[in-house]
Amino acid sequence: MTELRTPPYVVNIGPQHPSTHGVFRLRVTLDGERIVDAEMVLGYLHRSMEKLAEERTYTQNIPFTDRMDYLAAMTGNLGYCLAVEKLAGIEVPERGSYLRVIFAELQRIASHCMANGTFINDCGAWQTPLMYMFREREQILDLFEMTCGARLTTNYMRIGGVAFDVPDEWYPAIEKFVREMPARISEYEEMLLDNEILLARARDVGVLKPEVAINASVSGPMLRGSGIAWDVRKAEPYCLYDRFDFDIPVGHNGDCYDRFVVRMEEMRQSVRIIEQALSQLPGGPPSVPVPLALRPEPGEVYARIESPKGELGFYIVSDGGPAPYRWHVRSPSLINLSVLKEMTVGLSVADAIVTLGSVDINVGEIDR
Amino acid sequence: MTLPVAAWYDFDPLRELYDWLRDHTAGEVVYVVAAVVGAVGILTFVGLGALVNVWLERRIIGRIQVRRGPNRVGPFGALQPVADAIKLIQKEVLQPRVSDSKLFNLPPILVFIPAMLTFAVFAWAPDLVYADLNVGVLYLLALSSITSLAIFVAGWSSNNKYALLGAMRVIAMAISYEVPMVLTLLAPVLFAGTMSISGIVDFQRHYDVWLAFLLPVPVLVYAIAATAELNRTPADIAEAESEIVAGYHTEYSGMKFGLFYAVELINSLAVSGIMASLFFGGYSLYGIDEYVPPWTIFIGKMYYFYLGLIWLRGTLPRLRIDQLMAFAWKMLVPLALINIAVVALEVLLWRELELDDAVLAAYVGVNFVLGGLLLAVFFRMLTRGYYRLPTRVRLVHDVSVPSLPAPGSAFGP
Repeated sequence: MTELRTPPYVVNIGPQHPSTHGVFRLRVTLDGERIVDAEMVLGYLHRSMEKLAEERTYTQNIPFTDRMDYLAAMTGNLGYCLAVEKLAGIEVPERGSYLRVIFAELQRIASHCMANGTFINDCGAWQTPLMYMFREREQILDLFEMTCGARLTTNYMRIGGVAFDVPDEWYPAIEKFVREMPARISEYEEMLLDNEILLARARDVGVLKPEVAINASVSGPMLRGSGIAWDVRKAEPYCLYDRFDFDIPVGHNGDCYDRFVVRMEEMRQSVRIIEQALSQLPGGPPSVPVPLALRPEPGEVYARIESPKGELGFYIVSDGGPAPYRWHVRSPSLINLSVLKEMTVGLSVADAIVTLGSVDINVGEIDR
Repeated sequence: MTLPVAAWYDFDPLRELYDWLRDHTAGEVVYVVAAVVGAVGILTFVGLGALVNVWLERRIIGRIQVRRGPNRVGPFGALQPVADAIKLIQKEVLQPRVSDSKLFNLPPILVFIPAMLTFAVFAWAPDLVYADLNVGVLYLLALSSITSLAIFVAGWSSNNKYALLGAMRVIAMAISYEVPMVLTLLAPVLFAGTMSISGIVDFQRHYDVWLAFLLPVPVLVYAIAATAELNRTPADIAEAESEIVAGYHTEYSGMKFGLFYAVELINSLAVSGIMASLFFGGYSLYGIDEYVPPWTIFIGKMYYFYLGLIWLRGTLPRLRIDQLMAFAWKMLVPLALINIAVVALEVLLWRELELDDAVLAAYVGVNFVLGGLLLAVFFRMLTRGYYRLPTRVRLVHDVSVPSLPAPGSAFGP
């Protein structure tokens, strides 16, 4: 009797696919529905930002950071500005730092809303959670618009502070947001966290072991989902983060569900930080004047922040000129994605999509 | 039987026409005329139903998703489906060069026919049945299998890997969910002693009890199995948008896709109709059907269950294929088997011992208690593993990193 076997075959998931969150391509070899091999093909959104940055002044480079992780433009701005300030030795006034914290945390909530919404979409829900999360994201984007006129590519942080002080109508709006948000997070948790279908789809799927996570230098919610309490905001506080009281949510198992729940809880912690920052918000100027053609002393610097997706680092080398000599970004999406093969081989196509969704990538940041 | 109130909606002119034709023409004419009139009526209802369903589905899901839904074309966006249809008809029909041309063009038609045929056996009113088949339930089950085959042909002939995955999933689903579906539909047949849809409705009218009360478990099992057969969430794995793009109809464009889309909506309505007829009294509504036209009651019930389907789509995520298979074989099939044994025993006792009809009331109580217990046990068994770990995160105040393992120990060569 001969055994009937179908040969493995290759399927290109992406670059155009509903769940690849951009133009990401995953080339999987399937045996039936089981994945035997997965290969990432990157570079579809490459805009050579790192090279372009070498031809522009330090201030002109800020808009690039908007367009890297376009779902978290504020944190991109912040990471870059912190790096340049560290390089040039610029002190940011206190109000500027507080505003930066508030906007970075708002951006984290917006980005996690997007991540969790699309994650459940990848689990197969018909857009509903995403639309609910968009409701919150919309409120945050309105706050951004009030302050800097842009909603997505904000270009708000400047070297030496922030571009504009917040307008008067911003205060009631953000107070309303801070008041409403915890109840809405509780609402989501009530609806989603004990849902059997979601547990069936995400629990024990795409498990990332802590030692693999550390060795692959995974960061952000993915690392915390694997049970390691690591947060750049606590480990190496920047922007006065040491003044705020907040907790690090940590998962139990390192699976997709844990990553999802960690993001959920991080939103609540961000609201806590915003609340504290609002109550302590000092007066004074939001920024210090910095020459447009800034010429830092020759040298190199690496500054990192906790972006919504993980550790976002900027490595900048200055040769004393008005433009950086070398501009390199350690983008969390790319490095978090590097463990995708370890997580997906052996799973089915459906699980691979869920795992990819739980990584929360942004192709703009991967390819730069 | 005649209704106390005669009005236009009782279709009395039709009855008179039927009588007149029977008396004044050759024997066959009356059958041809009746067939044509009935077919036109049903096709009109189904065609309009598909349009209404598009609108309902988009509006209601819009509301579920805290947005407005279509509201630009016509009052309340009611003409949106028409605009959609016009757009679909105008679109270029693309066909992959590597597809099997003949087989590729067949499925859109092939899925449409059984969807329409389903409506033929429904009892719309006491005397308003297009084809009162004495094997009505069997006929419905047979039709639902044809759809699966047509979908498989669609996926296979597209010569697209996503379509093929979708097609294979459809077949797996059809095989798995057909079993509990057949087993559960046997229960009302056993009680009513007939497979004819109008016979089952008559049974429910006669004893003044909806079979849903007598058979709570089959209602649930049928609802789940039917949503799975329909490829709607939480079982829409055949077209799983987020995984395999559009599944079996990935390569279909224009009105060919439109037909698949319409068929899904029509089938949803058909399943709601089956649910309403077999378990919820069809056109009868505890005497109210004497005062309002019975067919409006039937259509109302149909849409009631259809709204339930829309609600499901708006709320639930999708299960994975192996989980759906496990659900069918480990939960629905045993449940249906146990239930069929219980129902058979009950019917045997009732019929053979010629018990008083009041025993039905006792059966309602017994079945509800038994069903509740069974469901609780099975559900507990099925979801036992899910709560192994806490569903909430642990909160840590300070950074702590465990000592790193030796380099290369986790990432071996």
